[in-house]
Formats: sequence, C-alpha cells, structure tokens
Amino acid sequence: MKTKVLAIDDSRTIRNLLAATLEEAGFEYHCAVDGREGVDMYPDVAPDVVITDINMPNLDGFGVIEELRGEGINSKVPILVLTTESAAEMKARARNAGATGWITKPFDDASLIFALKRVTGAAA
Amino acid sequence: MQSQVEVKHGDQEVKHAQFSEFVSFTVAGQAFCLKITQIREIRRWSPVTILPHAPSDVLGVMNLRGAVIPIYDLSARFGLHQTEASERNVVIVVAVGGKPVGLLAESVSEIISINPDDIQDTPPVDSRYTMEYIQGIISHDETMVRIINLDAVISVPEQVMM
Amino acid sequence: MSGSIQDTFFEECEELLEATDEGLTAIEGGNHDPEVVNAVFRAVHSIKGGAGAFGLDELVAFAHRFETVFDEVRANRLELEQKLVQLLLRSSDHLCDLVATARDGGETDEAHHNMLIAALDEYIPEEEEDLTFEPMGLGGGGFAPAAIDLPTAPTEETYRIRFHPMKEMYGTGNEPFFLFQALKELGDLEIKLDDTELPGFDAIDVAESYLAWDLVLTTTEPRDKVEAVFEFVEGLCELSIEGDGDAEADAAALAALEAAFGAAPSVEDGEAAPAPFEQPAPAQAPEAESAPAAAPVADAAPAPKADTAKSEQRGGPKPTLRVELERVDRLINAVGELIINHSMLAQQIANLDVADMRDVETELEGFKNLARDIQEGVMSIRAQPVKPLFQRMARIVREASSATGKTCKLVTEGENTEVDKTVIERLSDPLTHILRNAVDHGIEKPEDRESGGKNKVGEIRLSASHRSGSVCIEIKDDGAGVNRPRVKQIAIDKGLIPENAELTDSEIDNLLFLPGFSTAKEVSNLSGRGVGMDVVKNAVTGLGGRINITSTPGKGSTFTIILPLTLAVMDGMVVSVADQTMVVPITSIVETMRGSDDMINNLGADGTLLSIRGNFVPICDVAGALGLEKKDDQPPGVYLLVETETGQRSALAVDDIHDQRQVVIKSLDGVCGEIAGVAAATILGDGKIAMILDPESIIAASPSAAAFDTERRMNNAVAS
Repeated sequence: MKTKVLAIDDSRTIRNLLAATLEEAGFEYHCAVDGREGVDMYPDVAPDVVITDINMPNLDGFGVIEELRGEGINSKVPILVLTTESAAEMKARARNAGATGWITKPFDDASLIFALKRVTGAAA
Repeated sequence: MQSQVEVKHGDQEVKHAQFSEFVSFTVAGQAFCLKITQIREIRRWSPVTILPHAPSDVLGVMNLRGAVIPIYDLSARFGLHQTEASERNVVIVVAVGGKPVGLLAESVSEIISINPDDIQDTPPVDSRYTMEYIQGIISHDETMVRIINLDAVISVPEQVMM
Repeated sequence: MSGSIQDTFFEECEELLEATDEGLTAIEGGNHDPEVVNAVFRAVHSIKGGAGAFGLDELVAFAHRFETVFDEVRANRLELEQKLVQLLLRSSDHLCDLVATARDGGETDEAHHNMLIAALDEYIPEEEEDLTFEPMGLGGGGFAPAAIDLPTAPTEETYRIRFHPMKEMYGTGNEPFFLFQALKELGDLEIKLDDTELPGFDAIDVAESYLAWDLVLTTTEPRDKVEAVFEFVEGLCELSIEGDGDAEADAAALAALEAAFGAAPSVEDGEAAPAPFEQPAPAQAPEAESAPAAAPVADAAPAPKADTAKSEQRGGPKPTLRVELERVDRLINAVGELIINHSMLAQQIANLDVADMRDVETELEGFKNLARDIQEGVMSIRAQPVKPLFQRMARIVREASSATGKTCKLVTEGENTEVDKTVIERLSDPLTHILRNAVDHGIEKPEDRESGGKNKVGEIRLSASHRSGSVCIEIKDDGAGVNRPRVKQIAIDKGLIPENAELTDSEIDNLLFLPGFSTAKEVSNLSGRGVGMDVVKNAVTGLGGRINITSTPGKGSTFTIILPLTLAVMDGMVVSVADQTMVVPITSIVETMRGSDDMINNLGADGTLLSIRGNFVPICDVAGALGLEKKDDQPPGVYLLVETETGQRSALAVDDIHDQRQVVIKSLDGVCGEIAGVAAATILGDGKIAMILDPESIIAASPSAAAFDTERRMNNAVAS
C-alpha cells in the first residue's frame, strides 16, 4: 500500500513541486490550498503523514497542527512543517504545537524523502 | 494454558527465565499472592480518613508522601467479613492504571518463586467474585495460594465508587 | 526540475504580484486592515518560497527583504506611513521586474536594485539584518547530503547510540521504530531494548516513557548523517552518540589533561567517561569541540549548535525553559507544605511560655512572607495567558453564527490575563457553551436587530481580568436579554418552581442554571446538545468558581465567571465533624457562632431553624449530610453561616471549629468518584488527610435546608 501524504500549502508552485517529487517516489499525494481545507479534508483522505505550510490564509500551519492534534481526530499522525524560517524558535514553536518535524524550504528530493522516512518509515 | 501474567509482561518475561516472584499474604485467614512487580511498597496500617458515602470495602484515604490514595479492604472486597483494621495489619500499595492504591491485608507471609507452568486455573466455583478476582491458584508448602487478578479487584478507581 | 513546474511558478507569480499590488494599493488608500497586510506578506512569501526552489537567488534575496519589512508591519513594530508605503510600492514594481528577468533573461538595473535594498534595510531592525535568507537552510537533514561526494575515502565507524525518548516525544507523532528504520539504511544496526525502567504492567502510566534503546550502528556515513536521523527528536529525548573515534579522542584529551594537571581520574579499559545520558543532545557540542578527531569526515557544526548560536545572537524572544508539568506541581506541593508548616510552627511557638516573643514573631513573619513569595513565583509558572483559549472561541462564534444565520462578532479583551493552566483547560467547554448559547438565544436575527435600531452585527464581548485575588471572565452580548416571562413559564411547566412562585428578576435569570432547564422550544442543532447551563455551572463550581448572570431586556445579557487564581491552595476553616477533621472554604463562610439550645427552632418533622438576630436560617447537619455517624449524641457546638449562589443562607452545624489556615488542595480525581458534599482533600500539618467540604452540595443534600427552600419560595419570603 502506498503511503498517503496530505500536503497543505497555499502556493501552487510548492504544491506542484511536492506532487512531482512525491508521486515519482511512489507516494499517494493529496493536497489542500489552505489550512481550513486541509483540516476539512483530513478525515476523508486519512493520510499517513501531513505536510503543512505555516503562512496560509484562513487557517495557518499552527492552527492545522492544533486542530489535528487537539480534537482527537488523530493525535498521532506525523505532521511535517514546511518552513523557510530556519531559525530555531520557529522549529521550537512548531514542535510545541505538536509538529513531528520540519522541512526547510527550498527542499530537494532527497531531504524531503529523508524527512518522510524518519516519521513514517516509508521505504519510498 | 499460559497464565495471563505471562502474556502481559511480555518482554520482561522472555528475558528473565521462567520463574516469577510473588508476595504472599493472608486476607481473612486465606492465602493470596500478587506478583512482586505489581507491589510498590508495604506499609503498616495507620488510621485512615473516612470518605463520606463510600461503600463498605473502601476504608478511606491515606497520605502517601503527599499523594492521596484510596485504601480498600481486600477481605470485604472478596465478600468475606469486614476487617477490623489494627496496627498488626498491613497496607499493600499497588498501582492500578498508574495510580497508587492501598490494599488492607492481615499480614504479609513471604516471597515465593513460582514457575508459570505450575499455575492452575481457578476451578469453577459458585461465586462470581471468586471467578473474577482470582486468576489462578498454586500449591505452595501444601497450602493453596490464590493469585489475585488486580485489574478485576480494583478496576478503574472511579468505577468502584460510583 | 521539470520545466512545466517552473512555468506554473511564473504563472503563479503573476497572480501573486497582482495580489501584492492590489494589497498595496488598498494600503495606500488608507486600508491598514491586518488581513490586507497579511495577504501581501503571504504573496511575497510565496514568491520567495517558489523562487528558492528554482535557485533564483536574486529574486529570493529581494523578496526576503520585502517580506521581512512586511513582517515588521504585521507585528505592529512598523507604522505604515506615507514614505514606507511609497517604498513598498516601488519595491513591488521592482519585484515584478525581477520575476520578468528571471523568466525572460536580461539584466536588472543594479543601481536601482541596490538602492531599494538599502532603503528596505533601513526598516529592518538591526538584529534581523544578518538574517539573510539562506537557501540551504539549516535543516539538519542536510540540503543534499545524498549528492555529496565524500572528500576522503569512506572509513567505517561504529557508533554506540543511547536513545531514551521523553514522554513529550510521543506527543509529536515521532516513532522510535521509524527512526531506527532510517538508521538501518545507513549501515549495520543492532537494536537492544532497555526496559529496566518499565514497571509492572499494572503500574504502567500510558503517558510515561519507560523505554530506552541502545543501538550499535556500523556505517561508512559521516557522523552528521547519523545525527540528522535524530534531528526531529532532539530535545525530546536523552541522546548520546559515541563513535569509536570519540573514545580515542577523549582518551587523548584526558591524557593531555593528565599531562597538564598531573593527577587525573583513571579511565577503565580505555573507555570514555560515562556517556552523558542525563543530558539532551546539545550537550554534545563541547564534546565535539574537544574531540576534533571524533568525526573523521570534515562535517559542518551540528545543526542544533548553529541554531542555538543564531537565536542567541539575534536576541529573539525571551529565553524559555521547558519543564515537565509534574515537576512544577511537585514544587507547588512542597511550597504548600512549607506554608502549612509555617502555620503549625507559629501555633506551637505561640503555645510556648516565652516572655518576649517579639523577635521570634518578626522572624516568623519574614519566613511567612518568603514562603508566600516563593509560592507566588511558583504559581506564576503554571499561569498562562487566556489568549489561545479566546482565539479558539472566535471560531466557535463564527461557526455558531453561520449555523444560525446570524451575524456576530466576538470582541476579546484582556487576552494577556494569566490564569492557571488547568483552569484554562477546563474553561474551554463552559465558555464554548455560553458563547453558543449567546449566539443561539441571545443575539437576534439581523433583520430583527435592524428593526430594533441596533447594528445588524451582534457583538459578543469576551473579557478576562484580575480582580482582587481572583480571575473574572465576562461574556457580554448585546442581544435581546433573558426572556423572563418565558423562562419562568418553562420553569413552571417543568415543575422546577411552583406555579404561584414570585421571583425577582435576578432569581428568574438564575433559573437558567437549574438542572433540566433548556429554553429552546425545539432542540436547536446548536446549543441544544442535551446539556443545559447547569453543566456550565457545575464546570465552574468544579473549579472553585462562581457564575452569575445579569440581563437587561432588549439590551443583552452578561455572564460573569469568578474563578480562584489558583487551584492549588485556598484559605479554609478547620472544623471537626463526627470525629473527623474537615475544612470549609473561608470564601463561603459569612460568620461563625457558638450555638445554644434557645437558638434552635423546629420546623415540621425534620426541619430545624437557627434564629440569628431575628432571622431564621435552616440548619444543615454536616455529619448527617455526609452520611457519617456521630459517636455521641451531643448537639453540634458551632454553626457556620454560609451563603449560596442564589443568596440563600444556611447554617452548617459542626462539632467544633479549630483554626483558619491556608490548605493545599489535593484533587480526589482518580482516587474516587465525585462525593456529594466533598470538593477535594488536603493534607494537614500532622500528615493526616482532611476532606474539603463543598457547602453548596452539603446544603442540597440536607433535608432541612431543602424543605425550607421550597417553603421560602412558596411563601415568597424575601431573600436576605
């Protein structure tokens, strides 16, 4: 069975990049254009891992983490945060919110896959 | 059948040989035992604070190093007579669902080593309590020692009181 | 990288540039709404993110400056004055040019470019300036480790890794198993589980982390690749990674020390000193420095170190320390005991036969003040601003509004008011309910509001403030107010009050809190979820607080919740009841008095009234209400006059009162279920546990008080 990824990002470019890399690597790829849509889609997609941007309209990345972790939807799903802010406090903030890990933008295929591997074990 | 103890303890069981240590004690003149790893400490009885509206097998609460822990009368719990607790009795502190709970017993006897293969199923008797609370029996020095199913005796503390 | 993706990037850029332009035009026109600012920020941020992916460094660098200035605006550190807006507009144009250049090739006007960068930099706070955007990032995972050609022939290295997750790690969705899988891909991996910390099955606390692993990894990969595997869990586990080379290097360092200082601790078997299991990963940094030979491959400084250095350098937010809540609670308990200890000590000293106590008393007073200081300090660790809670409530109001077809806005005040963490957690449900209720029943439909001369948009004001040692949360709506005739009729229909009851306005409003009361004629899909305001009230009283409603017809209603600042300590009166020592919260006691027979009057079969200065107050026998047997038949000696929420007074009869003191509250949650009449427990100075009573529920359980209550309502006696 393919590992299901739900990517949440308001940038079409980033979504395209993720789609290209992930589909080629054999992941099942789903995407949402903002945090609200991502959270709404979550139960239907039931992904194995969520990748989310931080700065988004409607609901930001922290909101996504909070809702996914909070309301008992699935408190355990790995959540990777996409961030250009490489600063430690951004990571700390994401982690305090319950993020599993982070991917620093811009990312290359190898580091994206490596991050996914560490949180899902996916041998893609 | 393998005993439940075996199944639950998983990893530890596999590593440390076959024998498990149990602590035996008497309640209303009968011999019972608990696995040594289930017991946190054993204390001498001292008067407890009564919990209003509590059932008769809940003696009250005790201060265990700053924590409030409930104390159960095992004898009353097993449907035997209520214990008139005195200084000679002991409180066996166990943890149920991560919370410490005290069990009043008459006295503690000894630590015995038990081969899980020697544990016999509880023979069917006409008592629901017995069947639920005793998960097996063993013969030790020609007496019957009852292995207590702690989870059944003290289910979730909340449920006990409701 | 596929060309089509780059094409979509440029297409998206067009849209984003449009959005930027649109936003800036609005800003120029005076619209400084945070959402407009945010939209521009996001657009520029997206351009930067995409450009980074395609290595368009010039575009990235410029977009980053632009974005940083906007971030300052967003954070209200920068005002959108005319000069800045003009600069931003010109920058937006330049961004357009840069995108075009990136797409179609050509030259940028370098002078113009540098001028704009310099102008933007002036708005960027100094400490931010060196934060030039680094396309490579610091993601310890390494930007392209897979592509790196090792400068030297790979040598095989064996790492001994001790990995002990803290329980917090499991809350972030990290799984040890997956980490091991990732490690396995680097080389030969031996995994050994250490479960020695694992208690018996029955003692397992599911939230605790008992397991640790000892791993032995043999790999030709550089050390930073091994460390990168643990990047996400750094700080969430105790981790030590020791390479074979480390031991040698450590030994060499030790030898050097030995040479320098003569005597040195002996190192057994040539092994390194014990691994620093107790310290989280960053502790490796000094080790790495003192042992340059540890990593044979010239690797960059490990990511965590760089991050720390960076955040320190930039000042950033105030440094914080993450501590397990349990540790704080242990400290709070200990301070509580200290305060109890003080009062015991003071009492015993007072009992001594000493002629001149002044010096001792002064010192004791100092002791007390210090203890209180420590207590306040420790309590403040648990305190958190209500802001996140209030933010969640905004969403509740939005959802409720759209479900009911009403338009409401939530205005919040005092978001930075700090309240005990537990209080915040347990306030969420009651607040949600009150707010849904306010939208559903309080705020009128938009057309009704307009015809009533009100703003179409209903306003709900949620505020928090500190008031003399307690926290006040207020929920105020500008809706229709309580429909009193209807509320009263419902209460009569449901048999909650007698038909001929005459109640004051305030009494009618408070009927809403009665169990089994629900005003919605048909259960609406919003607030009518089978719970009434009584549940809200229970939640608030469960926190040791009070809730109150005031309402003006046509103008709206206000719910006021008063909560104690902390759940950890309270002032109590120590009493004895049926040979047991108990504590009654001081806040509920109006006065205490020694009783005499002539003050007691019988009423009916089992009612007794206490006469106090001409007023009759029902007596509630505490022992009886708690189901305790009294050892002797002596009449109770002392009465505690208490007042309930509704202003009704009762006299609690107890055997004796001792003293008044601060007690540490110990929850009975998990010890036993809810006990009628008991709020919690405490530990007294002698180590014994005492029950903390809940006067309200004792009165509710007392036949005398209940009988009198009905009688009072029937006779329309005026509440005192």
